[in-house]
Amino acid sequence: MNDIYSPSRETTEGRVYTVTGGDWDTTFGGGDPIDEERIVLNMGPQHPSTHGVLRLVIELEGETVTDCRPVIGYLHTGIEKNTEFRTWTQAVTFLTRADYVAPLFNEAAYCLGVERLLGVELPERAQLIRVMLMEINRVASHWVWLATGGLEIGALTAMTNGFRARERCLDVLELITGLRMNHAFIRPGGVAQDLPDGTEAKVRDWLVETRKELVGVEKLLRGQPIWVNRLKDVGWLGVEGCLALGVTGPLLRAAGLPWDLRKTIPYLGYETFDFEVPTDDRGDCWARFVVRVAEMHESLKIVEQVLDRLAPGPTMIDDPKIAWPAKLSLGPDGLGNSLEHVQKIMAGSMEALIHHFKLVTEGFRVPPGQVHQAVEAPRGELGCHIVSDGGTRPFRIHLREPSFINLQATSALAIGGLIADVIASVASIDPVMGGCDR
Amino acid sequence: MTGPAGETPASATEQPAADIERVTPVAGSTVDSPFGVEGRGMFGVSDSGDTTGFGGLIREPWSAPAATRPFGGYFDEIVDALAAAYPEFDAAVTKIVVDRDELTLYVTKEHIRSVARTMRDDPALRFELLANLSGVDYIGSVNRFHVVYNLTSMTYRRQVRLETSASLDDPHVPSVTGVYPGADWQERETYDMFGVIFDGHPALTRILMPDDWDGYPQRKDYPLGGIPVQYKGATIPPPDERRAYR
Amino acid sequence: MGLEEKLPDGVLLASVEKLVNWTRKSSLWPATFGLACCAIEMMTFGAPRYDSARFGMEVFRPSPRQADLMIVAGRVSQKMAPVLRQIYDQMAEPRWVLAMGVCASSGGMFNNYAIVQGVDHVVPVDMYLPGCPPRPEMLIDAVLKLHHKIMNEPLGPKRAKRLADQKVELVPSSQRFAR
Repeated sequence: MNDIYSPSRETTEGRVYTVTGGDWDTTFGGGDPIDEERIVLNMGPQHPSTHGVLRLVIELEGETVTDCRPVIGYLHTGIEKNTEFRTWTQAVTFLTRADYVAPLFNEAAYCLGVERLLGVELPERAQLIRVMLMEINRVASHWVWLATGGLEIGALTAMTNGFRARERCLDVLELITGLRMNHAFIRPGGVAQDLPDGTEAKVRDWLVETRKELVGVEKLLRGQPIWVNRLKDVGWLGVEGCLALGVTGPLLRAAGLPWDLRKTIPYLGYETFDFEVPTDDRGDCWARFVVRVAEMHESLKIVEQVLDRLAPGPTMIDDPKIAWPAKLSLGPDGLGNSLEHVQKIMAGSMEALIHHFKLVTEGFRVPPGQVHQAVEAPRGELGCHIVSDGGTRPFRIHLREPSFINLQATSALAIGGLIADVIASVASIDPVMGGCDR
Repeated sequence: MTGPAGETPASATEQPAADIERVTPVAGSTVDSPFGVEGRGMFGVSDSGDTTGFGGLIREPWSAPAATRPFGGYFDEIVDALAAAYPEFDAAVTKIVVDRDELTLYVTKEHIRSVARTMRDDPALRFELLANLSGVDYIGSVNRFHVVYNLTSMTYRRQVRLETSASLDDPHVPSVTGVYPGADWQERETYDMFGVIFDGHPALTRILMPDDWDGYPQRKDYPLGGIPVQYKGATIPPPDERRAYR
Repeated sequence: MGLEEKLPDGVLLASVEKLVNWTRKSSLWPATFGLACCAIEMMTFGAPRYDSARFGMEVFRPSPRQADLMIVAGRVSQKMAPVLRQIYDQMAEPRWVLAMGVCASSGGMFNNYAIVQGVDHVVPVDMYLPGCPPRPEMLIDAVLKLHHKIMNEPLGPKRAKRLADQKVELVPSSQRFAR
């Protein structure tokens, strides 16, 4: 009936009831309005399964998600503004804490950008060490993804295995850089220190162990029916959706497009390494799992090639006005400047002393200009837009964080699915909120 | 006080939208560069009483020089293709800079949305991916808030940068979410941090700071906001209030 | 505060106190409040190598109602601070707070507009753990010191008054609770 004074009529918004007083059961003759009730659920920032301080406001009809809005900003640290008050080298310590699961990538993107602004070329050994560290970090980051993703879906053994395997990666990183996380090892001009003795043996052992762990993952998860059913056909995002939203990384490769910056717009000599870019054409969470595990295998191949190629050489550029002067080494009284370095600056060259002093206190100057440098982080394209005003401090650094961009796809992945699939979808995006909020 | 290059401040009538070198120095100040950096002195000392000699340091104001043809590499193809595909090219693109192997096109803010659409859709350009959208605050410049769009063409494996600007009095820039939906959150972040209002954005709200926050934190005149740190016998001021090399 | 008020003073109450404190410290369930980098180190604390299950702490309860210990792991931003307070308020007593990392203890390296300069601005803290991020061994050390602190807690206000009359040497808690 189209009479607007009738008790109920169908409209484009659904059934509309005109209530003019009277009993409810006479008004709603027929349909039960409770059936159409929508629940707004807040998966708050403190939640075991939202992968960090991510807040999801979900509208549910029963178990089906009709709307999903991610709210971020709970970890905003002001990293970018902080770097404007530090020298170019000190800014590394801030940027490394953005994406804290893969810190070496933040450092590498930033340092590559600074070196382009400086117009300097790195020595070969520094580039190889950077590549090796980044690939070890990629494997460690994917282990964290597997562990936390498994934890959120309920596969707790995936968590214990993932963290155990990650510990081995951190052992290697601790041997080389001195820290387990947030290394601040990759600096503008090269790397902070040379590889210590025993690195090659340790890394080769690590390669063997990691391959064994990956075999274990295959046995544990790949055929496991619950894991498969939780991930297959869940959270689909096709190539058009990824490109429209600017999503890069394993999500784009799982949708079918082999876009990997290491191959397409190479940096740090990646074009000279022999590795594949794994893709899958399903576009769902299962495809992302497959792609990430395959990427771990490829990273191991790259680390092997780096080890075969390492030759003795400098790890910092030769320019005394830019190269970080201190050579840390373990002495009888603890970690400090190496004795040769102290001898050189105190008893040898006056210029070396001046350079050391100026570089550590004032920092080097970067000619003015702006640059955008992107690297392929485990989560996607990590870009660093750097503006220099010619001084010793960055004028503006903006991190294009893949987690920030990829989380925009949460709504597209979640809407229409079940609420349990929201967890699996967010886990497959693999956001790190430190990078997302910076 | 102007630097040796003799930059003249912009008159009120002609304000090119995307230029960053038009500076209006505050009367009596030594700021004469778009970065808001004092051109004279280091440590901020330049008057009598400074015996270090650092006060006499003069820094030339710098702005990216406009590039001349040929630009090199694939940059010429991009500019030619855009000029062919976009009829108002001369009005839209005010400056072209080639620096550090990167092409930057300074676009007026009225044209930025249509230029972005052309960059995305034209078969010779095909810049499908908006890699980065960030804001920069050139506090010494009239058109203070620059919005930088880094575009990547996956088809041709090229990268280009579009840059537009807005002033404090009129901080409106058309939104490109209709062209690149991935710009949604990035524009919200630029609004949150700099106060640039993107017209046509579906839901322009704060994203990183709490919703009721006052001020735009990453502007250059917003303080870093730290507190002094107390040690035994000394108090260290927060990083933005310490004496600094420039 | 309940039954312990009515118990006769003396040796019996001291033993009950020790027993109750022992039960509390032996199964100190942490609430998941991992925020940033320290959260990853807290997760490795629960992971196989630095097993927290040997302390009875492997169950990280997401619900604050079931948790005893809130390990604030990571930097607390302005937007997160009210959430932190709400979770703390929802925890049932007895509850303890461990500020893990320099960002939680004092704001850390981020002395700026976005980070609360120490969670003790928001919640009362029982143990501060510096480090950026602290190694899992350091977290274990902090947890063990917290255990010792819990063991020495008075059971009720009457007992607290009695213990306050006794002379306590003024040493830093890192030494007093170190074993």
